[in-house]
Amino acid sequence: MDHPIKSDHSRFRKIIKGKLRKNLKSFVSKGQQIVPKGKDKFTIPMPSIEIPKFKFGSKSEGGVGQGDGAEGEPVQGKKGDEKGQGKPEKAGQDEGSKELEVDVSLEELASILSEELELPNIEPKGSAQIDASKNRYTSIGTSGPDSLKHHKRTFKQSLKRQISIGAYDPSNPSIIPTRKDYRFRSSKAKIEKQNNAVVIYMMDVSGSMGDEQKEIVRTESFWINLWLKHQYEDIDFRYIIHDATAREVDEEVFFKTRESGGTLISSAYKLCQQIITEDYPVSDWNIYPFHFSDGDNWSSDDTKLCLDILNTEILPASNMFGYGQVESRYGSGQFYKDLHAAYNEKSEKIVLSKIKDREAILGSIKEFLGKGN
Amino acid sequence: MLRSKPINKELRELQKEIQGYADEFGLDYFPQIFEMCDYDTINILAAQEGFPSRYPHWRFGMQYDQMSKGYRFGLQKIYEMVINTNPCYAYLLEVNNWMDQKLVMAHVYGHNDFFKNNAWFSNTDRKMMDTMANHGAKVRRYIEKYGVEKVENFIDSVLSLENLINIDHLFETDEVIRAREEKEKQFAYENSIEYQPVDKNSEALKTYLRSKNRLEKKNAATQEVEQDQFLLASKIPEKPVKDVLSFLMEFAPLEDWQSDVIGILREEAYYFLPQRITKIMNEGWASYWHSKIMTSRALEASEIIDFADKHAGVMVMSKQNINPYKVGIELFRDIEHRWDTGKFGKDYLECNDMVEKHNWNKNIMQGRDKIFQIRKTHNDISFIDEFLTPEFCERAQLFTYKYNAKTHRFEIDKRDFQAIKQKILSGLTNFGSPVIKLVDANFENRAEILLEHQHNGVDLDAQYAAETLRNLFQIWKRPVNLATTYDDKEVVFKYSMNGLETID
Repeated sequence: MDHPIKSDHSRFRKIIKGKLRKNLKSFVSKGQQIVPKGKDKFTIPMPSIEIPKFKFGSKSEGGVGQGDGAEGEPVQGKKGDEKGQGKPEKAGQDEGSKELEVDVSLEELASILSEELELPNIEPKGSAQIDASKNRYTSIGTSGPDSLKHHKRTFKQSLKRQISIGAYDPSNPSIIPTRKDYRFRSSKAKIEKQNNAVVIYMMDVSGSMGDEQKEIVRTESFWINLWLKHQYEDIDFRYIIHDATAREVDEEVFFKTRESGGTLISSAYKLCQQIITEDYPVSDWNIYPFHFSDGDNWSSDDTKLCLDILNTEILPASNMFGYGQVESRYGSGQFYKDLHAAYNEKSEKIVLSKIKDREAILGSIKEFLGKGN
Repeated sequence: MLRSKPINKELRELQKEIQGYADEFGLDYFPQIFEMCDYDTINILAAQEGFPSRYPHWRFGMQYDQMSKGYRFGLQKIYEMVINTNPCYAYLLEVNNWMDQKLVMAHVYGHNDFFKNNAWFSNTDRKMMDTMANHGAKVRRYIEKYGVEKVENFIDSVLSLENLINIDHLFETDEVIRAREEKEKQFAYENSIEYQPVDKNSEALKTYLRSKNRLEKKNAATQEVEQDQFLLASKIPEKPVKDVLSFLMEFAPLEDWQSDVIGILREEAYYFLPQRITKIMNEGWASYWHSKIMTSRALEASEIIDFADKHAGVMVMSKQNINPYKVGIELFRDIEHRWDTGKFGKDYLECNDMVEKHNWNKNIMQGRDKIFQIRKTHNDISFIDEFLTPEFCERAQLFTYKYNAKTHRFEIDKRDFQAIKQKILSGLTNFGSPVIKLVDANFENRAEILLEHQHNGVDLDAQYAAETLRNLFQIWKRPVNLATTYDDKEVVFKYSMNGLETID
């Protein structure tokens, strides 16, 4: 039988996710976002709920600390931010820490992400799998080049031999390998499934997309990349920016460009389709186009054209098509409504998501990747 | 369900050895039982605040979530857990190495001695393991009967008021209560008209007082009617009450199971209270002894580096908080040194020659006795108040910090002894919670509760206060008020059907 705490635990998880006890939801601390910090450092989510009590407001309080430093020097972090690595044998007496910063590898992070968001593993397209044979040095043989000699195994073998013929003297433990003792690393061919994926990002860079909006797209794409990298061995990224015209750029330009002028979404879709047909044969590749905009399009005619391209070209070719609408002060958000009306969540392949602000990023990632296509 | 198991033969031998050292140093402890568990089990135990069986509540699930994540990502590791029971249970972690186990055992004997001897623990329930399990069984029964949402909701409301208890009650045994009631009766009798004093002098005094009273009454005759009404109305409670939970049990319109739940949570809150008010002393004491036992007796030469590393990890200083382990152990050592050398008392304090003061040594060797005595009678507040010295503050690199509104960050404020002491003490006052008393349960004659916050310079967190009032409102079922000072203004927060209102 499971320990009863497991049911407390699952109850807590449900509260956190807002499925139960909605009144507590507002006390869920916002340590939920996984934020990349520096190269390999992340703040991982440690959601917690603090039961409201009469307590002191934190800002006026201050406190006492230990260490060097002159007056006026900052005391890093907030009070209570740090949980000492001590021995909390009286747990529950301290107000716990809410966010923790920790070094985790991308691999680990992806697994945390999948756990937090309950992302399903992606089933790659059946026909697109390529069997590739690779040599892996996993076994030991009696012949091979000196460069692959396995010294430890060689000496072991030699020791075995000497002991068995009684030539080993513990008081003078000299081991002399002979030719027959030599052991070498040897390779075994391993057949590995290879699957390829390409992610095509499209972004509206017209005047109405501000820095805040771009930052959201950047963060969102970081997580999408992270997840897909975790799922596919070989993955390509392509970037398209568009206003009234579209062009392909590299990653850096993609996030930095700011243009002005009108918006013709169809231009990007046309280019996207062109990239797919030229470089990524549908039978071999898993294709993921993502489009981010603030929802403004020049005309309803152009929107019709977009739907047309989506229906006839892009959707049949892709595993999934994601449209993320970033809220901006200037955007009308019309395009989301148009797509919504056209697909009405009927299509398996198209995922629409509205991203209101930074807080909404994780939810949106879940919308995009939650289907496991 | 309980997944810890008895320790093996080697560890039993080790325990015997460590216990021998504890005896040698004169530690006085409850019978000590060590159990071994894997990391998941110790995470569960830690999440449940040391007990193998608690009432069902999401909070334990949350703590478990954090513990296991913390362990998995290598952020924290629980070395050991010890709980205040007789016999005293402590848990060892399977994956710890031999030196760790030694260290933990020595540390645990320190805690055990503290639990047994410190006065603030003297009335704690030493059979708390069974009591907690019973609490669990009761709450489970209520959940079966009334549904999990309803019971859990109520528990959350009560937990929200959990810190409205009274430290003085730690010494309230039945005996003490009876003795006081007796005294109060006596007092009331002595002040009544029927009372005939034996002593002639006091009789004269009483007569005088009585006549004076009558006179005053006559003068105040016009107000009398009003005053009588007021007296009637303000009868509950007679004096301001700090133990709001027990007040609610007595006077709130509760169903039987609800008042039982309050009783359960209140009992547990009082059980944990001594640990909250002796954190520095308790950890300091245990660390003092693990250090003493390890470095002077138990350590093998090969283990010294590992020990130093682990010990340093526990003693790490933080700029945001004082580490109770560090400050505790250093203060005990400082006191021992001062009472060994005689660096206390009038002569020493009035000595103005710094060199002489520094080299002061009367060689009276009372240090060990002194710290044993302190661990018996003090709590963190009196410990800091009495034994924190300017020299110590400087050596321990203590400072105060405060929020700078201009830079939006906390900055080092002062390294001044009085300021540091003041700040530490105010952080410890009323176990770090705001002092809030229930002064009236018939506020404005409308059966509303009035709470009064003793403002000591720090405002309450308004959002949390509002939510807490809401929880109190749900239990009391009539509007509740909180008088406090907020943003330098005296205000009353009122929570009623209409939500929160602020009355200036």
